[in-house]
Amino acid sequence: MEPIIEANDLYKTYRMGKVRLDVLRGVNLAISRGQFAAIIGASGSGKSTLLHILGALDKPDSGAVRYKNQRLDNLRWGKLNHFRNKAVGFVFQFYHLLDELTVLENVMAPAMASVGVLGWLSLKPGARSRAMSLLERFGLKDRLRHKPYELSGGERQRVAIARALINEPPLLLADEPTGNLDSHTGYGILEALTELNRQGQTIVMVTHDERIAARAGRIIRLVDGKIKDVVLNQ
Amino acid sequence: MVKWLLAWRYFRRRPISILAVAAVALCVFIVIVVMTIMNGLVRDFKQKNHDYAGDCVVDSDSLVGFGYYEAFLETLNRQPYIQAVSPAAKGVGLLSQPGSEWNIGIEIYGVDPVLHSRATGFGRTLHYHKDAPAEAFRPSYAPETDGCVVGIDMMAPRRQSDGGYYHAPQPFLMELTVSIFPLNARGGLLRAGTDMVSTKTFYYSDDSHSGLVKVDGAVVYVPLAQAQMLCGMDSPLRRVSAIHIRFREGTSAAAGTAKVRALWGEHCRQYEKEPGGDLLAGVRVQSWQENRRSIIAPMEKEQTMMTLLFLMLGVITVFIVFVVLYMIISHKSKDIGILKSIGTPVAEILWVFLLFSVFIGLIGSLLGSVAGWVFLAKINALEDWLFEHYQWQLWDRTVYAIGDIPNHVEPDVLAAVVGAAVVSCMVGALIPGLQAARRKPAQSLQVNQL
Repeated sequence: MEPIIEANDLYKTYRMGKVRLDVLRGVNLAISRGQFAAIIGASGSGKSTLLHILGALDKPDSGAVRYKNQRLDNLRWGKLNHFRNKAVGFVFQFYHLLDELTVLENVMAPAMASVGVLGWLSLKPGARSRAMSLLERFGLKDRLRHKPYELSGGERQRVAIARALINEPPLLLADEPTGNLDSHTGYGILEALTELNRQGQTIVMVTHDERIAARAGRIIRLVDGKIKDVVLNQ
Repeated sequence: MVKWLLAWRYFRRRPISILAVAAVALCVFIVIVVMTIMNGLVRDFKQKNHDYAGDCVVDSDSLVGFGYYEAFLETLNRQPYIQAVSPAAKGVGLLSQPGSEWNIGIEIYGVDPVLHSRATGFGRTLHYHKDAPAEAFRPSYAPETDGCVVGIDMMAPRRQSDGGYYHAPQPFLMELTVSIFPLNARGGLLRAGTDMVSTKTFYYSDDSHSGLVKVDGAVVYVPLAQAQMLCGMDSPLRRVSAIHIRFREGTSAAAGTAKVRALWGEHCRQYEKEPGGDLLAGVRVQSWQENRRSIIAPMEKEQTMMTLLFLMLGVITVFIVFVVLYMIISHKSKDIGILKSIGTPVAEILWVFLLFSVFIGLIGSLLGSVAGWVFLAKINALEDWLFEHYQWQLWDRTVYAIGDIPNHVEPDVLAAVVGAAVVSCMVGALIPGLQAARRKPAQSLQVNQL
């Protein structure tokens, strides 16, 4: 199957004072449409950096990332924003919700980000309806007017997933989505992601937990900035 | 769209916004109050000078004056753009009271009261003959005698409370003697020996309150013919010191003056060869602004300096908004990362913070403007109360020719101050906003950055 996103020979180095950290050292990766891939590795192995580069939140020092055969490093600002807004949805370990907005507004934020006031007037009914439906699906229909700080960790993460899905992106990138949750709540989040994948959503998830990675269809092990092995789950 | 929502929520939910709004409100309040008062004073002062001079003045610094003015008056009166002209004879002399040691140096100003009231605001400065300037030089207690109009500050004491003057119901009997050295057309003394000083006694018929300290404290108006006689301007060549001109509605002072200047050039060429024609060369034709420049300019300069000083308050506003935005942005690193991760354009992120500063500027300006407007509306009552209870005044009315403190807020001044406040806030937000917009999303979202 044709990959939805692929990385070729990615290198990334950080400098911390005089120390040079080679985070990615020649990563090659291809994710097919509809796949649920887990990138697993120890802390500092470069898995979050890889996910950020795949989502165009960061740039590699060398190498290329292609989304549907289009190189992301060549994209101009406008197209890059369009890619982040429409093609990919992010779920972060620390939820990263906007504290000033309500649950409903947080979920609608990506829809708002791409339009002006007039555009929003025509877009709002559709976006609101989809946001309500997502929140209902994730069991948050009674929390629409709440602020993020009024929610539990699991609820916040479900809001973050709803936000990531509002623009129906073909690719969902999740960075340790259960890393900040207790096992029971984390299990619920994982169930939600699995269900999404079952409905055709392509997901790339980063985790350091073997048990969580085991829920994915494909496990990519990252060790010292390189892909060590790839395991397909049945 | 998200920029409007976030900017408004940041504004509403950040207690530090109140500090920024208060700072802007205070600056706007101070600038509006100071500029309204200063603008009012300068506008009032200019209007008084305009009233005193008319629209255009043809005059000479020389005490000798210039001749052949009758022909020029006829020329002027034929011009469709001229409404009124008034010749005036000026001299420097001594005012004294018969039987008294009191005397004072004065400027004598000979005018036809009707013509002068048409060409200038002279009639409106009179106390007893405001509606009948033709009677200005006719004392009500001795109508057959020669009267004079005396600058108010030489006649009546001022009330300290409101700067007004005490007046009797009718002009009181008072003889005033004017003494002047009459000059001939060459600037020499007209007469020699014991008769070298021209002296004439007038009766006080009215006083003139122009609101100009130098005029009200030193000018005595007498009939034109009397002034010409006293100054030696009546023969052999009849002369005047100035011609005041008022233009018809629709003719600007500058345009009208240019036309009069051209006419004066022709007039000079026609009479320069005549006896005494050389005096015409020293005559200037000026608009009222040019003529009163030396009087008005220092006040305008003071106004400019005050405005500049208080506009520096705007710099403080910029700095406060800069600090507030810098603090907020340093706490909003995560939000910037989130916005970038959902594809919000850099310009939109910059606008979140610029709009936040616009809200600070607009709300602060609104509060400052309302407070300034209320304060100005009550400033005279407040000053009266302070004077009544503590004998304190902003300006000592016995010294300064100021009545009420000007308190009319000009819409254009208000708009300029509010606009400047909003722009100042945006300038203060620009650098932190740009810093925020340029942040790399991955860097902003790192947990150790939060």
